[in-house]
Amino acid sequence: MITIIDYGAGNLVSVKKAFDWLGEKCEITSNPDSVARAAKIVLPGVGHFASTSTLTHSGLRDAINQAIGRGIPFLGICVGMQWMFHGSQEAPETPGLALFQGECERFPASVKSPHVGWNQLQLGETSRLFHGMLPSPFVYFTHSFRAPLMENTTACCEYGGTFAAAIERENLFGVQFHPEKSGEIGLKLLSNFCALTC
Amino acid sequence: MLTKRIIACLDVDNGRVVKGVRFENLRDAGDPAELAKAHSESGADEIVLLDISAAHERRTTLLDTVHRTAKQLFIPFTVGGGIRTLEEASAVFSAGADKISINSAALADPTVITRIAERFGSQAVVVAIDAKRCNGMRWEAFTHGGRNISGRDALEWAQESESRGAGEILLTSMDRDGTASGFDCKLTRMIADAVRIPVIASGGAGGAQHFVDVFREGHADAALAASIFHYGFNQIADLKQEIGSQGIPVRWPC
Repeated sequence: MITIIDYGAGNLVSVKKAFDWLGEKCEITSNPDSVARAAKIVLPGVGHFASTSTLTHSGLRDAINQAIGRGIPFLGICVGMQWMFHGSQEAPETPGLALFQGECERFPASVKSPHVGWNQLQLGETSRLFHGMLPSPFVYFTHSFRAPLMENTTACCEYGGTFAAAIERENLFGVQFHPEKSGEIGLKLLSNFCALTC
Repeated sequence: MLTKRIIACLDVDNGRVVKGVRFENLRDAGDPAELAKAHSESGADEIVLLDISAAHERRTTLLDTVHRTAKQLFIPFTVGGGIRTLEEASAVFSAGADKISINSAALADPTVITRIAERFGSQAVVVAIDAKRCNGMRWEAFTHGGRNISGRDALEWAQESESRGAGEILLTSMDRDGTASGFDCKLTRMIADAVRIPVIASGGAGGAQHFVDVFREGHADAALAASIFHYGFNQIADLKQEIGSQGIPVRWPC
């Protein structure tokens, strides 16, 4: 069972639809007790980083932290991935989970923002999420802030400089792009997440 | 490198895709869900479903059509046509759309852009502008499928839309729409250079060179076409290979 966390940010239908298509059981919940029973957790997110403050107030943040501590696989998508860092310039007063070092930053003024559309990834050598894929797949992005490159970066992308498009460490996974909107490649990635046994 | 998007548009009347010139002489072109899936498999980067049904037919069929189409579609999916309020937009999102496109309702009450963007994010709000050349280098925005003049300058309206929270502009040249004589590169460039959000060019697509021109000279971020993608000819795969070979970055092979 995949537990998709609803914290009132954006539209979760498309994420659930992708897991349905893959034949995976999943539920959408905003209840910390359900998170405590989750086998795998997906934190989607579109919109503003400040919306993640709801996670703290609702008790979901603590439930997620405890689940991660138990080794439950966790996938953050878009703002969900950014939340795994210390924070974001988009909402400096809203703390992230600080599972990864660094802060998300705005794109430079030299490029249009948001970064919307299909861009190409450069995959690193070892990633369970990208297992079985060619080294430079196209995926769909839509975001105005980006995560810094760091040692756990498994895919980078070029737009006004290089940024971290995917991160991975132990049971923690994050993608800046939208696998649920990235065609066959995205479905393959979600399928790899479903198949994890960490 | 960020690629230029090729967007397939489905004009839908009462649950069926239709094809015609300037919404006249409509012919049945198939089932929206099947065509959207076929376009996606052929390499479309995105699907836009534009509901052109009469108002009284709309409610009963649109949400069902969106739901059926979204179910087997895993690329971005935009739905437009007659969406007036946050509540109507919410229902379309719940049915499976990723973005909504609004035109007449936004011109009538620009605050609806902000309301939808605050709830669903700017990336989910596309403001569609139907622009018609008035004199010289001025274009005016039209409403209700091009029937009514709004009194708003297209360029100013694009900039206001951005400031109110629109995530993209879908810019249709009414002068070129249905003519297959090429996109209006002057109009597209003027708007694309004046806003920071992506601009989707629409109206006039007839062949691969038109896409190359609107990306290179029109500075478009994406280009949309409807009729040339129906009935099986001019497959998107062929189009992408052709414009890719001319140096335009495209998602190919997908």
